[in-house]
Amino acid sequence: MTINPALLLIAGALPIPLLRGRLRAVWMMLLAPAALAALWTLPEGVHGSFEILGLQLETLRVDALARIFATAFLAAALISMVYALHLRDALQQTVIPIYASSAVGGALAGDLITLFVFWELAGLSSVFLIWAQRTERAYRAGMRYLVAQVASGLLMLGGIVLHVNAGGGLEFGFIGASSAGGLLILLAVGIKCAFPILHAWLTDTYPEATIVGTVALSAFTTKFAVYVLARGFPGTGELVWVGVVMACFPIFYAVIENDLRRVLAYSMINQLGFMVAAVGVGGTLGVNGAAAHAFADILFKGLLFMSMGAVLLRTGTAKGSELGGLYKSMPQTMVLCVIGAASISAFPLFSGFATKSIIMEAVAEEHRTIVWLLLLFASAGVFHHAGIKIPFFSFFAHDRGHRVAEAPLNMRVAMGLAAAGSILIGVAPNLLYGLLPYEMDYSAYTTSHVINQVQLLLLASMAFTVLMRTGLYPPELPSVNLDADVIYRRLLPRLWRTSVTGLTRLRDATAPLHARAGRLTSSSTRPLQTASWTTDVMVLWVALLLALFLLISLL
Amino acid sequence: MTAHLPALQVVIPLLAAPLCVLLRSRTIAWLLFLAAAVAALVCASVLAWQVADGEVIHYAMGGWEPPAGIEYVIDRANVPVLILVAAIGVAAAVYCRASIAAEIEASRIPLFYACLCLNLTGLLGITATGDAFNAFVFLEITSLSSYALVAMGRRRRALLAAFQYLIVGTIGATFVLIGIGLAYAVTGTLNMADLAQRLPDIYGNRALGAAVIFVFVGLAIKMALFPLHGWLPGAYAESPSAVSVFLSATNTKVAIYLLLRFAFGVFGAALVFGRMPITEVGLVLACLAMLVASAVACFQSDFKYLLAWSSIAQVGYIVAGFSLATSDGVTAAYLHVINHAVIKGALFAAAGIVVLRLGAARLSDMAGMGRTMPWTFAAIVLAGLGLVGVPPTAGFVSKWVLAEALIADGRWAVLAVLLVSSLLSLVYVGRVIEAGWFRRHSESVAVERPPLTMSAAMWALVLVSLVFGLVPEWPLSLAEGASSVLVGVAK
Repeated sequence: MTINPALLLIAGALPIPLLRGRLRAVWMMLLAPAALAALWTLPEGVHGSFEILGLQLETLRVDALARIFATAFLAAALISMVYALHLRDALQQTVIPIYASSAVGGALAGDLITLFVFWELAGLSSVFLIWAQRTERAYRAGMRYLVAQVASGLLMLGGIVLHVNAGGGLEFGFIGASSAGGLLILLAVGIKCAFPILHAWLTDTYPEATIVGTVALSAFTTKFAVYVLARGFPGTGELVWVGVVMACFPIFYAVIENDLRRVLAYSMINQLGFMVAAVGVGGTLGVNGAAAHAFADILFKGLLFMSMGAVLLRTGTAKGSELGGLYKSMPQTMVLCVIGAASISAFPLFSGFATKSIIMEAVAEEHRTIVWLLLLFASAGVFHHAGIKIPFFSFFAHDRGHRVAEAPLNMRVAMGLAAAGSILIGVAPNLLYGLLPYEMDYSAYTTSHVINQVQLLLLASMAFTVLMRTGLYPPELPSVNLDADVIYRRLLPRLWRTSVTGLTRLRDATAPLHARAGRLTSSSTRPLQTASWTTDVMVLWVALLLALFLLISLL
Repeated sequence: MTAHLPALQVVIPLLAAPLCVLLRSRTIAWLLFLAAAVAALVCASVLAWQVADGEVIHYAMGGWEPPAGIEYVIDRANVPVLILVAAIGVAAAVYCRASIAAEIEASRIPLFYACLCLNLTGLLGITATGDAFNAFVFLEITSLSSYALVAMGRRRRALLAAFQYLIVGTIGATFVLIGIGLAYAVTGTLNMADLAQRLPDIYGNRALGAAVIFVFVGLAIKMALFPLHGWLPGAYAESPSAVSVFLSATNTKVAIYLLLRFAFGVFGAALVFGRMPITEVGLVLACLAMLVASAVACFQSDFKYLLAWSSIAQVGYIVAGFSLATSDGVTAAYLHVINHAVIKGALFAAAGIVVLRLGAARLSDMAGMGRTMPWTFAAIVLAGLGLVGVPPTAGFVSKWVLAEALIADGRWAVLAVLLVSSLLSLVYVGRVIEAGWFRRHSESVAVERPPLTMSAAMWALVLVSLVFGLVPEWPLSLAEGASSVLVGVAK
């Protein structure tokens, strides 16, 4: 008897709208642990395979790589459902487990068709977390989000068809970017994984979701994409540079961005960059690093989004320019946020340190000095925008006079769970290392690692202090920053409008010409227009044709 | 019961015709026509299923054994046409109730339906029969009822169009009769299979050559092959809307079928395409038709005339296909018969809706009406794209198959003409779309919704054309089956 944890989650999500009050809360809290239990009682191997329309489907494949991602997704599901407990909104509370199940199911998919189904489900279910805001602005953002997700799904489908036609088989294993099908699949993953230029949907739409929705969104879609990369494209050299660009460019945006939830969205692309680069490096350390960092990222990025969500809930804003001094009213949230910030900045004893160092080690082992240095720069940048900026501008800096209540209990519990996980991984990294897909002989806490990282952090914080003191740090201004989303939000509409007006003008300008041509044709083509022959002409033609025919064939 | 299906599908519409006249009720007459068309469609479908594996059904009419008696032969060459005619008949039946009520005075409506029933009888009879003279009889039934139907058009010019059609059509029918008579004179039989057996012995015979030419020219008139097309624009454009839908989709197509049957199944490809210059003459006329008729269509100011001229051009494609006398060419011809019938039926249905709501189908009247009648004009765009042959529409599939057949035969000049003609069709379809969607109407006109039945019939045809474009396997298999029977018989 094997139970697919994803189907368990979906089945468990359906009765949520029917339940009320405490019963619903208990039910929601039970869902993820039940699925987790189902996952860990599954023996390794392929289950749930059946044949449909001549296609051999393997809906459930359990191995170490699938299991660590599925575990991370289920942990995120638990945390975000606890975080959503205070809501009186059955829609979001139902969508979160369904959305989580799509990531879990995708991680456990053994064939490409099952993968595609969950890939689409992830996009289609999560859009409701944006629409749940129930404003016109959120509706439009949701549509933009949906376009990106559906485009990715279509590319994935096209890629799968090409891949299977080229004899690649339906099994979801190494795909590689050498074939056309593989390239299409990589492009599809690239959209969801926020490759540069394809990333615009993420920073554009994540901050438009509900408070709870953003937390859920941050956990699943992108990490699901990382999983597909780690499974299908390990060791693809180009991904290293893609990852480096992803790790570096968002830093600049994050530093000048005012909406702190958007800062976190940029910071997410930065963290994804580390994972993509690790997948690109490939090998034992690379894939292990990507998986471990994805696990840690789900926890600490969720924690940061949750703390900003709590701030937004209580103060009604997440703008850096309107926040400050909240440590007095929300001390517990502040502490939890700082734990998240320390984790993402890779302080020793926090999760980021234990996982990111694997990636740095993987790059170093390949002797790719430039890549290593750029990633080091990105690490310092993370500390800047996520490690210092987020807690500093929301909880310290100028006191803007917000006197609000502490975050609701369920939110604090959810944040506490994520914080505990982050610290646990940081303190006892071997617990996580034991889950990793490949055996490795690796220790994060070597003298050189620790000193290296502490130097980096100290110098980065010194840079921040100096910049703040001298007033050179970009101030928090209510502003809009240009990103690749201007291409579809401004440039394309404007191009369309200008081309339409241009054509109209051209038409008006040539109107006299048209009229003249019209007069000309109407006089010269009248015989063509009416072209109705008299009866005798018709009969004449019949006779002519018959005579001609008889002549040439019988003479 | 199923043994009598070949006869039943012809007899049911034939019996419905006098009932329409006798019962004198508009609703009952309509129901009779609808029932006859549906029954014919059911019969054709069952027959298609029966012969799908290559079986041939022989049915001796009245128990008189061929070759003396009249024989009906159902094989894969004629079931596509049977299904097409019956299906278009059903669509036209759904379409015509609302359309006819607005165009013809009430007292004549039962007569109108009687004519439609007779027309359907004739078309199905021509297609099903295996007897040369019987084919002529049904050709006359079809023609006479068509003249009457065209004459019922809303304008007085319909009378002139019907008169011209009558004169030219009668000449055509007479030529066919002369051709059949000559063949009878030299062989002494009228049964097609029997003729096909006896003719190869006397291939040098002059009278036989004349028979081929008379049949070819006579049927060329009936299928409006350029330059014998003169009757067609008036007949299609002036007839009542429902009649345009039905005639444009079926009449020329059945004439084409009959020519194919005579060429391959009676006279034999060796005679028609080997000893006689039909391939060359056919290709030249087809090219002229594609070029001249498409060009003329570009200058039309009336939507229905434009469609009629486009039909003449499209007949050129079909003739180009079968003139090659290769199995690919005949496949292309059959496929285009099917696809063009569906597309042109849809377009004439849309034109009928426009006429019903705007009173005329002049392009100047249609200016800017895309916004007031979005569904009808959307259908025009979709079917129009099919006419041009834009992928993924049915028109693209058949033009593609035709182009492949031309390439395989090395007819590069014809291929070039095909491409030019497609460009011209883009121009004339573009004019309609431009008028409907991109021009501004001088005054805003409030237009009632078109009747649901008319829209339904139009959209059914549009959707079928789209499906045939996206999933062309079924029509393609029908066309290939037909071509294998015909070209296979010839060899």
